[in-house]
Amino acid sequence: MALNADSQNISKSKPGWQLVTLLTRPFAVFGRTAISWVNNLGASAIFLLLAFLKILRAKQLSKIVQQVYYIGAKSTMIIMLVGLFTGMVLGLQSYYALVKFGAQGALGTLVTLSLVRELGPVLTAIMITARAGSAITAEIGIQRISEQIDALDTMRIDPLRYLISPRVAASIISFPLLTALFDLIGIIGGYISGVLLLGANAGTYFYRVQASTDMKDVTDGLIKAIVFAVIVATVCCYQGYFAHMRTDSHGAKAVGLATTSAVVISCVLILVSDYVVTSLLI
Amino acid sequence: MDTPLIEFKGVTKRFGPRIILDHVNLQIYEGQVTTIIGLSGAGKSVLLKHIIGLLEPDEGAILFRDKPLAEMKKSEAAASLAQISYMFQDNALFDSMTVYENIALPLRETTNLGKAEVDRRVMDRIEQTELADAAHKYPSELSGGMQKRAALARALVTDPHIVLFDEPTSGQDPVRKNGILSMIAQYQRKLGFTAILVSHEIPDVYFISNRILALYDRKIVFQGTPEELENFDHPFQDEVIRSLEGLQQELAGLYSKRQFKVQNHAQLKRRTRGETYSVAVFTLEELETIITSLGHEAAQEAIRSMGVYIDKHFSAIGGFSTRRNTNEFVTVLPYSDLTEAESILKDFVKDFHEQGIQDIWTGAHRQAATDTCIDFVILAGIAQGQPIVEIDSVIDSAKSQQKEIARLRCDVRR
Repeated sequence: MALNADSQNISKSKPGWQLVTLLTRPFAVFGRTAISWVNNLGASAIFLLLAFLKILRAKQLSKIVQQVYYIGAKSTMIIMLVGLFTGMVLGLQSYYALVKFGAQGALGTLVTLSLVRELGPVLTAIMITARAGSAITAEIGIQRISEQIDALDTMRIDPLRYLISPRVAASIISFPLLTALFDLIGIIGGYISGVLLLGANAGTYFYRVQASTDMKDVTDGLIKAIVFAVIVATVCCYQGYFAHMRTDSHGAKAVGLATTSAVVISCVLILVSDYVVTSLLI
Repeated sequence: MDTPLIEFKGVTKRFGPRIILDHVNLQIYEGQVTTIIGLSGAGKSVLLKHIIGLLEPDEGAILFRDKPLAEMKKSEAAASLAQISYMFQDNALFDSMTVYENIALPLRETTNLGKAEVDRRVMDRIEQTELADAAHKYPSELSGGMQKRAALARALVTDPHIVLFDEPTSGQDPVRKNGILSMIAQYQRKLGFTAILVSHEIPDVYFISNRILALYDRKIVFQGTPEELENFDHPFQDEVIRSLEGLQQELAGLYSKRQFKVQNHAQLKRRTRGETYSVAVFTLEELETIITSLGHEAAQEAIRSMGVYIDKHFSAIGGFSTRRNTNEFVTVLPYSDLTEAESILKDFVKDFHEQGIQDIWTGAHRQAATDTCIDFVILAGIAQGQPIVEIDSVIDSAKSQQKEIARLRCDVRR
């Protein structure tokens, strides 16, 4: 064994070995990053599963209601505001595009399907990530670095049940409701710009809204909202919960970086999963 | 000795390549106050986190009532660990909850008690820890001492059998430090739990500890009483105890017990055979009543004022003093026989009546949590010693001769 180890040391110090190391270094970095991603993906999946299983435990209802208030009710105004202007811009752009083909009667169809199928779920999820997701990561991260989560452990209170499950449940409840609200306000926004400001026919607009929207369009949009809810809740809670395990920083800085990571990863995953879910549902 | 409540057998813990605990062996006994001492970064908190199950050993076993935790069924291990409460160094209070909600949290989440019963238990603890005015405040609105008390109340609200205190006095002034230690000792006596402390407060922590465990160089190098630790011949004494202890006790500014003995030994060496010295022992009576009526900090302020007054009076005539127990001071009067000592004590009593006891009362009253009226009684006793006689037996003899030398009556103060 000793001889074997010696021969390995000798071979590692040879110039040929150094060249191999130099050439493989970029791949090693890539490999380490890939392994880290896979590890985090697996850990997040287990984290979500455990949190999900604990939603139905006793004494959860009041905590879920409280989180629905923070994640859902308190996001209502921003969702309405973004929904209104998204609908108005959509109405404005679509009107001028459709006028070129003399098809301004299809304004209601274009606005509604764009909102219900795509823009509603995606923009709602991104807005909630920015408003509530970042707050979730920061709050849990601070609780982690100030030993409040350890204190829960010492009190025999399961931190996943107490902190994570209510947030996952509240997200699953809030995202579809806020998406529906976004869609509704967006359609009104399209009406304001297309009909009230640019003079499209009101009756045609609402007829097209009703006639061109199938129930499947609505349910597909809401399914996307639920998928985004699970992604955002998992990513934001996970980043905060393990803020102390970050290798790039410690303490308050780690919480700051965890919050940034949570928002960036959530937004990227929302767009990636949007494509995947759309291709599965279409 | 009895079966240990908690025992470590060869426990080793590593964080990456760093070894924090290296084959640690220790025993903790039921109903006692056990203090773990050691330098910062020695692994004291890591050791404590093993006891409560926040960390698991890489090697070795932790036994709970002689049974390894690792070999217990999950439910049995959980039941054993559920008997333990933990008070964090930085309190770990939930900053988005009020003091009341923080204390109620473990009851609300881990028991099926009704709202009224939870309220009763929480209010009991809030009153015991003198936090009634702060019950609906947030932790950030409280002083450091009040936050400590809130953390203590939360640790005690589930009536645990074992309470772990991770540096409970860090960041406090001497009076508050001793107030917190006194509070821990009082609750430990009252509720009968086993207390395990991690502390730097040497020698103050000795007064409340039954056993001391010394963590040095990743191992437990000493287990025994505070008195046994004083005779422990090990580099730990030089490198840790002396660096933490300083020359004087922080609270009253007197010699530490060890320095007192060194001073006495130096005096003895100078004496010839037949020369005598005297020892006086002073006690502040009914400390428990003072604590109950005025609060821990007021009681500590009274003790501090008494120590300061004794030191001021006797050091002027060549005497030196130490605090022997929580409420007991010892003064050595070198080169004096019993007659001289009696005369010196008479002068002291006269001065003390005129000013000293008023100082004690004023100090205590400044810190008092309530305006309750109680009498302050001071006892004193003297005995004569010779170089060949052990000082401890002279102190015991002086203590047995104690009688009341001063009493400040409630009605006189008002």
